[in-house]
Amino acid sequence: MLELRNVTAGYGAFTALWDVTLAVERGEAVAVVGPNGAGKTTLLRVISGVIAPRGGDFVFEDAPLGGRPAHEIVAHGIAHVPEGRRLFPALTVTENLKMGAFLRSARKDFRDSLERVYALFPVLAERHRQRAGSLSGGEQQMLAVGRALMSRPRLILFDEPSMGLAPVMVLRLFDLIRRVREEGYTILIVEQNVRQVLKLVDRAYLLEVGRVKMHGRAAELSEQDFVRKAYVGL
Amino acid sequence: MIDPIFLLEAAVNGIMLGGVLALLALGLNLIFGVLDVVWIAYVDLVMVSMYAVYFTVMVYGWPLWLGGLAGVALGVVLGLLVHVLIITPILDSPPVNQLLATGGLLFFIQSFATFLWTTDHRSVRIALPPLEIAGIFVSYARLISFVLSIAVMIGLYLFLTRTYIGTAMRAVSQDRGAMALMGANPQRVYLVTSAVGGAMAGVAAVLLSIQYSVHPYFGAAFGPITFMICVLGGLGNMVGAFVASFIMSEIIAIGGVVWSTEMGYVIAFALFIVMMFVRPGGIFARRQ
Ligand SMILES: Nc1ncnc2c1ncn2[C@@H]1O[C@H](COP(=O)(O)OP(=O)(O)OP(=O)(O)O)[C@@H](O)[C@H]1O
Ligand SMILES: [Mg+2]
Repeated sequence: MLELRNVTAGYGAFTALWDVTLAVERGEAVAVVGPNGAGKTTLLRVISGVIAPRGGDFVFEDAPLGGRPAHEIVAHGIAHVPEGRRLFPALTVTENLKMGAFLRSARKDFRDSLERVYALFPVLAERHRQRAGSLSGGEQQMLAVGRALMSRPRLILFDEPSMGLAPVMVLRLFDLIRRVREEGYTILIVEQNVRQVLKLVDRAYLLEVGRVKMHGRAAELSEQDFVRKAYVGL
Repeated sequence: MIDPIFLLEAAVNGIMLGGVLALLALGLNLIFGVLDVVWIAYVDLVMVSMYAVYFTVMVYGWPLWLGGLAGVALGVVLGLLVHVLIITPILDSPPVNQLLATGGLLFFIQSFATFLWTTDHRSVRIALPPLEIAGIFVSYARLISFVLSIAVMIGLYLFLTRTYIGTAMRAVSQDRGAMALMGANPQRVYLVTSAVGGAMAGVAAVLLSIQYSVHPYFGAAFGPITFMICVLGGLGNMVGAFVASFIMSEIIAIGGVVWSTEMGYVIAFALFIVMMFVRPGGIFARRQ
């Protein structure tokens, strides 16, 4: 479904990703893990078009999307739940969700999408007239996920959705992402919470200083000594 | 002692003036909120549209409503032109350069208008009798322009809250990057914003045309107060600008009957400076 081949990217003269090759199959959940500054966010930014790759190929559902701007990439079916959520704090919950359905193709299904998101996250329905900025951290993250679903994507990119949440909320959030997955969405997720995320996904990539160090099935990867020591903390 | 009836009359006139000022301030503020650029020359675009109303109505004999539409249409065209020719190239430049560019545009428009149309004052003042309500005299033209500016602002409110593109404009003012992830082309949102801001300048031009005569330095008369209102209300804050418009117009109108209109402006500007020390973020900003 998604395929990156030898993708290089960076900021100005600085290179943050080196020759990254990665694939996600339809229906799969794939994780990208790695230490701070490894380039995980940069990788998702390349896929969603926030920054253009400097080299390599990037194909989604047979369409070469490398270098396309962000607003075009969403229209191809990739939604990005960005690092730090990036909600519109002064807009209400419903307005945030409406913006998620900004694409012309998503507008006609707005009501239907809204009901689905509210069914998935009932607390958002309760708070639908509240400003997004007044929600709790957990609710804000649900809204960020809900907003991504509104564009009717086929692939969803998550960038550290558990960041800044209380431990109880982290567990609930992973449950919710599991449910999103069961709805049939393909998922590419970046997480610091390696132990939890490896339970959620089928496969994982380990990124270090901009390069893929290791990849494999989640179960096998979590057995590796190296990963256990460095990331899972066992 | 001043007769209370004069004060009341001044207060009513202040409200009327506030409507048009609010229109100007909301237009300027909308553009600032979305694009993060202050169009210093905003009221000079209004001035150009006022000439369009003057020429179509007084020289070519168009009916006022048609001349008015021409003024609004020219406002939209000017808004788009300024955006494409001047704002787009400097969108990511430091604020100082942006100020210099739009400030340069201001002087360009002023001198060009003087060259084309001389410094003569021209007016389309429509001959309407003043209205007397309970002993208070209100100018008919002012009343019409007040009612229309309120109607346009309600329209703007509905546009910004009910439509996708209007809501996206508010969203962009809160997080420009995130709106691209929703599938909105930022350039398109900017363009629509400039067109709407230009349309509001055009509407303000029409409403000012029926009250004031136009000359190349019209922008110097209404520009500073418009800018001040935006800052007082909190740059980018639409509700703040709306309220600040009426505060300022009341100060000018009441100061005008108690002392003189000039003194009204002096008090308004003095208050502005004091407010910048007390509440630099505007009347509605939370204290740090
Ligand atoms: N906007 C930027 N401009 C310049 N350099 C950047 C920018 N964003 C990130 N970098 C650099 O690129 C490298 C990769 O950053 P990235 O944010 O992709 O890492 P990450 O794996 O997501 O880290 P974290 O776990 O802290 O979120 C880092 O060295 C970072 O300093
Ligand atoms: Mg990151």
